[in-house]
Amino acid sequence: MATQQTTTAGRVLVAPSVILLFAWMIVPLVMTLYFSSLRYSLLDPDSSGFVGLQNYTAFLTDPDFITSLLNTLILVASVLVISVCGGILVALLMDQPVFGQNVLRLMVIAPFFVMPTVSALVWKNLLMNPDSGLFAWIARSLGFSPIVWFTNYPMLSVIIVVSWEWLPFASLILLTALQSLDEEQKEASSLDGAGPISYFGYIVLPHIARAITVVILIETIFLLSVFAEIYVTTSGGPGVATTNIPFLVYKQALLNFDVGSASAGGIVAVVLANIVAIFLMRMVGRNLEG
Amino acid sequence: MGSIQLKSVKKSFGAINVINNVDLDIKNGEFAVFVGPSGCGKSTLLRLIAGLEDVTSGAVLIDGKDATNVGPSKRGLAMVFQSYALYPHMSVRGNIAFALKMAGEKAAAIDQKVRKAASTLNLTDYLDRKPRQLSGGQRQRVAIGRAIVREPKAFLFDEPLSNLDAALRVQMRVEIGELHNALATTMIYVTHDQVEAMTMADKIVVLDRGSVAQVGSPLDLYNRPNGLFVAGFIGSPTMNLIRGALAEKRGAATIGIRPEHADVSTTAGEWPATVRLAEHLGSDTFVHADADGIGALTLRLEGEAPLKPDQRIFVTPREANLHKFDKDGRRIN
Amino acid sequence: MAMKQSVGKRAGVTVLAWVVGFLIFFPILWTFLTSFKTELDAIAMPPKFLFFHWTLENYAEVQSRSNYLHFAFNSIALSIGANVIGLLISVPAAWSMAFAPGKRTKDLLMWMLSTKMMPAVGVLVPIYLLFRDLHLLDSLWGIGFVLMMLNLPLLIWMLYTYFKEIPVDILEAARMDGASLLSEILYVLTPMAIPGIASTMLIAIILSWNEAFWTLNLATSNAAPLTAFIASYSAPEGFFWAKLSSASTLAIAPILILGWFSQKQLVRGLTFGAVK
Repeated sequence: MATQQTTTAGRVLVAPSVILLFAWMIVPLVMTLYFSSLRYSLLDPDSSGFVGLQNYTAFLTDPDFITSLLNTLILVASVLVISVCGGILVALLMDQPVFGQNVLRLMVIAPFFVMPTVSALVWKNLLMNPDSGLFAWIARSLGFSPIVWFTNYPMLSVIIVVSWEWLPFASLILLTALQSLDEEQKEASSLDGAGPISYFGYIVLPHIARAITVVILIETIFLLSVFAEIYVTTSGGPGVATTNIPFLVYKQALLNFDVGSASAGGIVAVVLANIVAIFLMRMVGRNLEG
Repeated sequence: MGSIQLKSVKKSFGAINVINNVDLDIKNGEFAVFVGPSGCGKSTLLRLIAGLEDVTSGAVLIDGKDATNVGPSKRGLAMVFQSYALYPHMSVRGNIAFALKMAGEKAAAIDQKVRKAASTLNLTDYLDRKPRQLSGGQRQRVAIGRAIVREPKAFLFDEPLSNLDAALRVQMRVEIGELHNALATTMIYVTHDQVEAMTMADKIVVLDRGSVAQVGSPLDLYNRPNGLFVAGFIGSPTMNLIRGALAEKRGAATIGIRPEHADVSTTAGEWPATVRLAEHLGSDTFVHADADGIGALTLRLEGEAPLKPDQRIFVTPREANLHKFDKDGRRIN
Repeated sequence: MAMKQSVGKRAGVTVLAWVVGFLIFFPILWTFLTSFKTELDAIAMPPKFLFFHWTLENYAEVQSRSNYLHFAFNSIALSIGANVIGLLISVPAAWSMAFAPGKRTKDLLMWMLSTKMMPAVGVLVPIYLLFRDLHLLDSLWGIGFVLMMLNLPLLIWMLYTYFKEIPVDILEAARMDGASLLSEILYVLTPMAIPGIASTMLIAIILSWNEAFWTLNLATSNAAPLTAFIASYSAPEGFFWAKLSSASTLAIAPILILGWFSQKQLVRGLTFGAVK
């Protein structure tokens, strides 16, 4: 379909994006790698020198790192479970013929479009505040003492906020996948004697399995980088109870001004994300073939 | 003015050869038809002439000048696509005027030319409609109008009628033929329909898997096909081809006889046969028969022939119209 | 649904669906309501749901005391600016991939998408130091550039999928009609792809508006958009819930409206086409 002229034009037209993206990706990454091999603190810029892998060993053996890694994994896993399971249920519900479906959809999807700083602060103050928050009022009305969310259950609180943000995404994707399910399959299966649970397990679930995988992979990529919600609610605390890898690196970089250590941490975060990315790209690649 | 030559043109996509060494000479004002089965390369050949694909080797000459490396926008040719490829966001007027706008013509001149093309094609009432508001036949005319208005050196048609229903196809065939008479511009027309080829062409180019099988006038190809491929492709219903003893008796590996060149009798003849089916069209009768020891034959009889299935008949080929082919499929006589 | 369902079952499902929807939407609704309360009403126990003194004082104050418009302007400038410039770079790239693909095009596309998966903290340090040395910290151009780079893969990907739906023979017809490449893109491709371009920009603007890593770390005051402005409420003085609510409502309202129109594009864009 192409002639030499279109081929040449094609190369020229795509060049700016390739150059920009390449520079954007490689240059900072290489710099991070370089910095990670230095002992370099912005508070003490004169005493910088090559220290090889020392920053990595220091970073990885720091007990805060282990905690951050665990927190990262707990956060990602919990939000995945909640958003995917919840998403399936919500999608199933929305797939039914319901009166006012358009408005309902807007309501269910809305949280995804709320900026994370707003989500976090609204949850922390208006809902979860132990004195005047709505949940506190509900607890007292039922005879319980209100939960001090962010002090006593910081991780859980963050998980709740982030899950609320991502449940709509999962619901929307899974609903889209559900709606591509042929109505006739349901009729055929019911003629075959399948009840709703068998229908779900044998027909619905396999059909949306791919969408579930996509949701899991994409959410994981983004959940590994949760930052703003922690930044405005707990600042990683109490202690390091809600510090994840991104926040730990941020702390090292912009609060402790320890460039070397922060860079090492950054590379660790990149490695973690790459492992997930490989799986996601394989899935996307398979789809691009079509 | 609008002569087109292809010299040793080859086209391959990767390892696959789509066009093998094609030489063609189309004279100014000729109506040339590229015909052949699916995948024979006829559309590719047309696109090579248009400049939408590059040749792998060889040369494309337009009016004697080498246009091989010239882009499609500068070859001075106009193309009518199979899907019409109308600009959906422009009105009929905008579609027809687009090329003139690209050529930088003045608004007044454009307007006049568009009106003229529209009146030639009975589109004047539709000038302000968008393509999606038009019927298939009207869209077809807009596609043609878009081409006419540019006064190109040659028109290229890529299976323009295949998306139309049968009645419209016949009508448009006539209109395109009349257009050619009126404009006297070179036209290259690609189709898989050999009826279109036979009725419209000055010169037919039959393509077989990327190579030219035969070039000639419609009657040339009909009466003297140079091989089995062309013999079997041109003519509807297809020529009856017979191998074996009967062919060897006449000094050939295969003999061919067209359905209308055999006499059918219920009493006597050379090849006894049994009628399987008789199709009565009123003007003709098509008889499908199984000849003893030969195989299936199709015969055409003028007028109404009262033959029924399982009836015994005798078929005698007219020797003067017999075609003989050797074991490589090439014509002998 | 072609199958019959009992009216009771349908009613039950409807009620359940609406309860779930309402619960999910509630925090947003609650914020909206609180924005019209006085600060005292906002912390009142038991909470006041609908019957309170409705006031616009928070909306007035959020502008007069904290200059809301400055941050809103930054959000608008960043979201639209970064993506418009991004569009100018992405349209040719998407044209190239859709209409002049090479052997490597698919790999190129995948690589571009993969750049979106790099965690921001991985490059926080060098970007921050680079910006500091180039005096780009807290500048709209600097942050705008970052936002554009974040969205470039998404823009190219989405435009690519929309361009692939355009029949190539219409572009070829334009070439036969004598159109140069620029004319082809300007007069034929773009008008035909307007819906796709609009959808792509919608998603891109939403994502940039809500971006809350680089905007928090690279901006302090001059270029700070609404994300950072809201973040300043994390360490407030005095009673602030009503003001937080009005600031939040103003910050999220435009995006909620845009988001409503962009559901389909969201699925297409963020799942990279893996879900149809």
